[in-house]
Amino acid sequence: MGRSTYHKPRPVHPWPLRLMHWLNAFAIVMLIGSGWQIYNAAPLFNFTFPETFTIGAWLGAGIAWHLAFIWLLMLNGLSYLLWGFLSGHFKQKLWPLSPKAVLRDLGAALRFKLPHQSGVYNAVQRALYVGVIFAGITMVISGLAIWKPVQLWFFTDLCGGYYIARYVHFTAMACIVAFLFIHIVLVLMVPRVLPAMITGGKLPEVQS
Amino acid sequence: MNKLDLGRRKLLSRALALGAITTLPGCDFEDLTHPDLADHVLRTMLAFNDEMQALLFNPRTLAPTFPASMVTNPPRFNAFYGMAQAPVVDPASYQLELGGQIQDKQSWTLAALRALPQEGQITRFVCVEGWRVIGQWSGVPLGYFLRRIGADTSCKYVSFKCADGYYSSIDMASALHPQTILALDFLNAPLTAPFGAPVRLRVPVKLGFKNPKSIMQLAVTNTYPGGYWEDQGYDWFSGS
Repeated sequence: MGRSTYHKPRPVHPWPLRLMHWLNAFAIVMLIGSGWQIYNAAPLFNFTFPETFTIGAWLGAGIAWHLAFIWLLMLNGLSYLLWGFLSGHFKQKLWPLSPKAVLRDLGAALRFKLPHQSGVYNAVQRALYVGVIFAGITMVISGLAIWKPVQLWFFTDLCGGYYIARYVHFTAMACIVAFLFIHIVLVLMVPRVLPAMITGGKLPEVQS
Repeated sequence: MNKLDLGRRKLLSRALALGAITTLPGCDFEDLTHPDLADHVLRTMLAFNDEMQALLFNPRTLAPTFPASMVTNPPRFNAFYGMAQAPVVDPASYQLELGGQIQDKQSWTLAALRALPQEGQITRFVCVEGWRVIGQWSGVPLGYFLRRIGADTSCKYVSFKCADGYYSSIDMASALHPQTILALDFLNAPLTAPFGAPVRLRVPVKLGFKNPKSIMQLAVTNTYPGGYWEDQGYDWFSGS
C-alpha cells in the first residue's frame, strides 16, 4: 500500500483558539461596558460615557459585573498564553516581527494593496495582536493594582501608585477599544474571515 | 486573491447589525425586592469574590503610610446625604453601646475611650467610586478594644450602627488588623460632625464605605449583619 495522498484539511483556526476567542470577546465587552460605568462614578477626564454604552444600572451593579467577568478574562487569558506558547501558535503566527516589515505592510495596507491570506498574519496584524496581548496584560496588572492596593501593593507600585494606576488602566482600555475598532472594521471589510473563527474553516490546499 | 471591497452602505448595515446584538439589558440590582436572573448571577459571583478576597487577605500586610505633607486638607466629604445634614452627636453625653458576643457590655463614654492607648496613622482612604484621599487619624486600635471588652474574636463579624442610620460590618480578621482603629481624632483634633464625630472606624485595609462614621453601637456576631450599601449590591468584603 502506498502512502495516502489524502490529508484531512487543517482548520484556519484550531478549536481551542476559537473557543478562547469568543469567551474573550464576551468578557471584554462586559468588562469595558461595566468599566465605563465605574469610570463615570469618578471620571479621570472631562467626560463621562453615555449610559447607553455602560453595563450595570448604577455603580454597584457596574462593579458587580466587572468583578464577575475578571475571572473569565483572567482564566481565559492565562489559558490562551499557555496554549499560545506550548502549541507553537505564537512562534508560528506572530514571529518573526520586525519594525521594517510592519512599516512595509502598513504602507501597503493604507494603499489597499495588502492582500488577505488565510492562516497567515501580515506584519501589521502581528504587531496589532502582540500589542493587544500586552494591553491585556497591562489591563489585568493595573486592574489588580486598583482592586487591591494594600494586599497586591507590588502591582500598585509597578503602576506608579494607586492614582496613576487608574490612568494606566484607562489607557490600556483605550488601546483595546482602538484595537477592537480596527479589528471589527477589517472583519466588516473582509467578512469571509468571520465563519472561519466560528467553524474553523479550511486552510487552502497547498499546490506543489 | 480578493480585492478589498469597501462598500460604504454594506459596512454601515453590518455595523448596525453588530450594534443590535451587543445591546445588553441593564436591569440589575435595580429592584431589590424582585431579583431577576442577572441579580442571582451577580450575587453568586459577589459571594465568590468575598471568599477570594478573604483568602487574599494577609493580616500582616500593612497599608502604605504617607508623610504629613501629603494629607488631604480639608478632607473630602462623602455620604448618602449632604454635608449640612450630617448628625451632630453631643460628645459629653455620648455612649458607645456594645452588643453580641462580648463579656463586658458596659457602654463607653468618650473620656473612657480617650483614656485607652491611642495610635495614629497617615493612610490612604480609597473610595469605591475610585477617588482617594490621604488622612491622619488616631484613636483606639480596634483589636486592643475587642480584647479589652472580652469580645469573642472567634466570631465572624464586627458590626456598627451609626447616628445617621448608616450601618456596616467587617470580618474579624480585618477588625484585628493592627491598622484598624476606632478613630477619635483627625489631624490631632477631635473629629468634626461631617467626618464621623465622635467615633468612626478607620480601616485602611478596606474601601471607604467600610469606615462607618458617628458609631453608636458595636456588636460582635456570627450572624451576617450586612450594611447600608452592601445590602444594595456593593461587595461586602470590599478589601483594599
